[in-house]
Amino acid sequence: MRNPASSQTPNARRALLKSLALAAGLVLGLGGGLLHAEDEGEAADGGGDTIKVGVLHSLSGTMAISETTLKDTMLMLIEQQNEQGGLLGKQLEPVVVDPASDWPLFAEKARELLEQDKVDAVFGCWTSVSRKSVLPVFEELNGLLFYPVQYEGEESSRNVFYTGAAPNQQAVPAVNYLKDELGVERWVLAGTDYVYPRTTNKILEAYLKLNGVSDEDIMINYTPFGHSDWQSIVADIKQFGSAGKKTAVVSTINGDANVPFYKELGNQGISAEDIPVVAFSVGEEELSGIDTKPLVGHLAAWNYFMSVPTDANDAFIETWHEFIENEDRVTNDPMEAHKIGFDLWVKAVEKAGSTDPDAVIDAIVGLETGNLTGGTAKMLPNHHITKPVLIGEIQEDGQFAVVWQTDDEVPGDAWSDYLEGSKDLKGDWTDPVNCGNYNTKTEECLGAEAEE
Amino acid sequence: MRQSCPYRPCSFRLRRRLKSAPPVVAAVAALLLLGTVVTGAAWAQSVTDASAADAGSAVEAPQAPQAATPAPDAGDTVAAAAAPSLPESLAKLADRSFKVKQQAAEDIAASGDPRAVEFLRALLDGDLYYRKDDDRIVFAERSDGGWALTDALTGEDLGEVGRRDARKITINNRMRTALRTDIAALTLASPDAAVRLEAALEMVGTTDPDTLAALEAQRPKEQDAEVLDAIELALAIAGLEAESPDARMEAVAALGASLYPEARNALDELIRVEQDPAVLAAAEAARADTERRVENMRRLETLFFGLSLGSVLVLAAIGLAITFGVMGVINMAHGELIMLGAYTTYLVQLAMPNAIDYSVFVAIPAAFIVAGLFGVAIERGVIRFLYGRPLETLLATFGISLILQQLVRTTISAQNVIVENPSWMSGSLQLNPALSLTFNRVYIFVFALLVFVALLLVLKRTALGLQVRAVSQNRAMARAMGVRSGRVDALTFGLGAGIAGVAGVALSQLTNVGPNMGQAYIIDSFMVVVFGGVGNLWGTLVGGLTLGVANKFMEPWTGAVLAKILVLVFIILFIQWRPRGLFPQRGRAAEG
Amino acid sequence: MALLKGDTGGQVMLGLLLAVAVVVPVLNLAVPEGSPLHVSTYTVTLLGKYLTYALLAVAVDLVWGYLGILSLGHGAFFALGGYAMGMYLMRQIGDRGVYGDPILPDFMVFLDWQSLPWFWHGFDMFWLAALMVMLVPGALAFVFGWLAFRSRVTGVYLSIITQALTYALMLAFFRNEMGFGGNNGLTDFKDILGFDLQADSTRVGLFVASAVALALGYLACRWIVTSKLGRVAVAIRDAEPRVRFIGYRVDRVKVAIWTFSAMLAGIAGALYVPQVGIINPGEFSPLNSIELVVWVAVGGRATLYGAVIGAIVVNYGKTYFTGAFPEAWLFALGGLFVLVTLFLPQGIAGLFRQLTRRRGGSAAEGATA
Repeated sequence: MRNPASSQTPNARRALLKSLALAAGLVLGLGGGLLHAEDEGEAADGGGDTIKVGVLHSLSGTMAISETTLKDTMLMLIEQQNEQGGLLGKQLEPVVVDPASDWPLFAEKARELLEQDKVDAVFGCWTSVSRKSVLPVFEELNGLLFYPVQYEGEESSRNVFYTGAAPNQQAVPAVNYLKDELGVERWVLAGTDYVYPRTTNKILEAYLKLNGVSDEDIMINYTPFGHSDWQSIVADIKQFGSAGKKTAVVSTINGDANVPFYKELGNQGISAEDIPVVAFSVGEEELSGIDTKPLVGHLAAWNYFMSVPTDANDAFIETWHEFIENEDRVTNDPMEAHKIGFDLWVKAVEKAGSTDPDAVIDAIVGLETGNLTGGTAKMLPNHHITKPVLIGEIQEDGQFAVVWQTDDEVPGDAWSDYLEGSKDLKGDWTDPVNCGNYNTKTEECLGAEAEE
Repeated sequence: MRQSCPYRPCSFRLRRRLKSAPPVVAAVAALLLLGTVVTGAAWAQSVTDASAADAGSAVEAPQAPQAATPAPDAGDTVAAAAAPSLPESLAKLADRSFKVKQQAAEDIAASGDPRAVEFLRALLDGDLYYRKDDDRIVFAERSDGGWALTDALTGEDLGEVGRRDARKITINNRMRTALRTDIAALTLASPDAAVRLEAALEMVGTTDPDTLAALEAQRPKEQDAEVLDAIELALAIAGLEAESPDARMEAVAALGASLYPEARNALDELIRVEQDPAVLAAAEAARADTERRVENMRRLETLFFGLSLGSVLVLAAIGLAITFGVMGVINMAHGELIMLGAYTTYLVQLAMPNAIDYSVFVAIPAAFIVAGLFGVAIERGVIRFLYGRPLETLLATFGISLILQQLVRTTISAQNVIVENPSWMSGSLQLNPALSLTFNRVYIFVFALLVFVALLLVLKRTALGLQVRAVSQNRAMARAMGVRSGRVDALTFGLGAGIAGVAGVALSQLTNVGPNMGQAYIIDSFMVVVFGGVGNLWGTLVGGLTLGVANKFMEPWTGAVLAKILVLVFIILFIQWRPRGLFPQRGRAAEG
Repeated sequence: MALLKGDTGGQVMLGLLLAVAVVVPVLNLAVPEGSPLHVSTYTVTLLGKYLTYALLAVAVDLVWGYLGILSLGHGAFFALGGYAMGMYLMRQIGDRGVYGDPILPDFMVFLDWQSLPWFWHGFDMFWLAALMVMLVPGALAFVFGWLAFRSRVTGVYLSIITQALTYALMLAFFRNEMGFGGNNGLTDFKDILGFDLQADSTRVGLFVASAVALALGYLACRWIVTSKLGRVAVAIRDAEPRVRFIGYRVDRVKVAIWTFSAMLAGIAGALYVPQVGIINPGEFSPLNSIELVVWVAVGGRATLYGAVIGAIVVNYGKTYFTGAFPEAWLFALGGLFVLVTLFLPQGIAGLFRQLTRRRGGSAAEGATA
């Protein structure tokens, strides 16, 4: 490249030099900022007298509504652990970042936590797409992620621990309840159009057909995120439900769209006694932002309800209220999942005597900790846990009255038995299998060539 | 609000109660109750069928004290003698098992006590509590530190207790259904036509000789057309099982005239089993006829849905038609002004928790003022420096929208807030059994039209309106004529913002109120204004309603998502055809 | 280098770009990790991402700054380019997906699809994917522009229908039936052209590629705006009817530049995807497109290097503020937009120009005194 300034007048050259200097200064400033951030990370790591725990939840954007609470939960659990003397004689130190409900940013922030801050474990993510976004990062950098939300299954990663429910721990038992206890014969599967409802409904459809439900008795409907005009769909449901058979709606409608949906149901005269709706994404936290009158009597299936009167749960709620300094805040299922995940990680670190990811992964399978609603949660070889399934009816105060629960804990199934592609697969991260998607028929680990 | 049978679990049909000699379900602890309540007839209730009641319920099974309610053998009067007293039954409501509670509620209903209805209603409405230390059944009212209790039976004042020392008696769906029917049965002679209607509808399709007799007896006495309709439906469905083909023909004819879904289901069933060719042909003709009429009703319903969606679009867009259409400001903060209106509704409801029904009337002017003031502030603080640079207003107002969102997040909450519906906006207007319009949608449609007319009057008939039009058409000339353009700009923007606030009040009745709600409407609003023609209020009205109706008529064919995509594609293509929208603005201002 | 004559900002910008493109890889690969001079891979990917954004901003500035078309839908072209690249990367996974299907990507197995949809065929070949990266956004822009410009849709009407375009595409790509992975989009990529995407060297390679693409894109735009075509474009921006009356085919000029800009945006998207590791319909969100107009405005409209500055400054600000003040960063960002429009109508580039002019002027005065 020829000297760009050679053809210019001296004055222009001087101006050029100045602007060069200015621009260089700007870039140096920026770069300096980046370098500085790195220095901080390394300096803190060099001390080595704390164990770092990353918290990767959106604090702004659309998901902030749900995820902010989980960040607070993690801070509370870490504070509690530190009061009890920390872990391995060291204090725990939370590192909080904001991925701002932006999926590519999740991957970036995950890398920041693992590479810059060198955290020992990360608790975070809510949506499936955020988990999918960070998954390659955790596998590449060999980090640990504890994922606390019910999800669609079809995944088992060595580096991820799924402490929320798999479909067989939420959807299938809920349908059993409707079928056996309420005598439901006609089914509306309504969901937001994304991967969790798609999979759940696929599983449920296959399951219902196995149980002799015919095609004409199943209605499937998908709506976009934040759908607010439910008139036609509710009218269709009403029409569908007027065929003389008991009808129920299985709702995988996501967060925001629920309020107008339930309002429309109420206004069109469909009450919970007529057509009950069982939801998998409506919990205490969501209800606290809704006028619950039109929802009373509708159902939700979870693995935890705030209203379950056990001592462990009362203690948890009390600690939460003290920590958040607000008596009106509720607790919910993903919060319990984080508590279970955190307890299991602490136990695994103690058992392994180190926070090294490989050691923790080896140590954690088989460990147990108490559920807040009774029973124990056990980490399974497929990195899912055992959970009780509870069905609750929504009450006017935004709480749930438990109307049914399973006798035992249900082990989480990573690969659904009702889907064509995955019924022969299983996840097992213990020797000798050590594979997330092991085909039990051909006895080989799929997609493993890359690793070998 | 009317509920009709097919949505009910069959086990709760009224039929069972009206039988004098009920079948005994041997597998369960069936309880027979005799009473001479209201109808004077003996009636009974068998506790739900076995499959529905227990099965695998870890919550209930261990606690259900079977011993407490001795199971009688057959339909004798032992049960009546053993029926527990009202205080005993009431005390059982404190139990945790729904089964025990339901039994207790049935006992209360059967007690014959005049206060039974009052207790059942309180239970249904969630007004009954129990005190934690002694399980005493109380009425509770929220006080400062917790609850103020009064004994339910004696009315004795029990003083105050802490928040966690009294617990609400929870009920489930099964109990709710049973309670409703109990209450209905206890008030069967009620002069209220709605109650009679519900009772009659309960009998549709589940009649037996006794209920048929009761219906026949009621028919000549009945004055209310709707109730009569229901009674005749119930009789006609029963008539389908008649021996003589003539009687069946008659029933078919009656059903052919009914729009109730039960009538169609009954005809379908008849078509499946009918042997007599004449009756079969008549049934098929009647079925096709009802189908056609129901189809027409569905079309009307879809039209209403479309108009309703359109009215929401018009409401959301009409403020933008002022700020964007008349003033040329690309106001990206428009959605956030709607949000401010919705939050004002929330705050108004917080301030008047006991008068939710009237809160809307306070909220509308309040939202207009709040959003309007924000609008004036935005105009004076930012936008007035940007006239003549319309695209830069986009950037500045985009920044303002981010700030307003975060403002709400930090000052109020990142979570959604609760905005309640006034009771008069809930439920639906039942025009006939196949067509009902929900009240909130009807009101919002009317409201949208009112806002539109008011705005039109302001712009066409007031001095301010004249000045606004003058400034928007030719700013320099208007100034030369002595119009204080700065003041007019501020007021116009304030007006547009205020209308957005008012739209927020309406939207708060339909959807979530949260920091992100504005973003859901901003794009649709721009589409409506551009489709209708910038600067033309009529264009916004017609455009909004057209898009709403088009969307709703496509939805059954394509699904909600594809319908929306097609509407967007339609707008894109429409603009190619008419580059200035439905009602193009003429004159100088159009050149912007 | 006649192209850059009189374009001081561009010269500086390209010079810096060159320097960064050389120095950063060296600092990342050659300097050991413990050293204070080491640039982490995290930073490299971050910078790479900024560079693709900068290229996108240049594309927007070309049509907005020089042709007067405010596009509120350029994110759509960016995302389409990204999807084309994403499809190639998905096909590269082969049987290493979780279900081990040699042909079908995971999300198709899981939706129970039996065969590859027709539009996925051929994307296992890089050259075709690379072609599609430009062709798909280009074709869409051509059809859209041909329709819109011939009907003389202008001003806000045009802006709003570009917004409708990206909004419609977002809704469409959210649909799982479309065959692009629905809300989750395309993710879990393994390698590109045989290079492991997780390797530091590949990341550095992508970073350098982004820098080169930005430099070439910049020069190409510069070539257009300094050519006769560019001067006609500016004339159209300033007085469209007059240009038409003189006898120029305004619609053809517009379609040509508009299509070129969309292709450039597509290339930016294609480079963006392997670096962030995911492409999903969120990229079509109308808010994203508005935001990128804001980058250009902050940097300085109608100065191509200003668009680069704007993209980098705003995005760095976002990265920094979301980390440092998670609760209040929207205030800062929103405030920045308002202040820039009010007090820096020419953007940061305008500020530079003002500064250099004033200093240049005072220096000259000093010389004469």
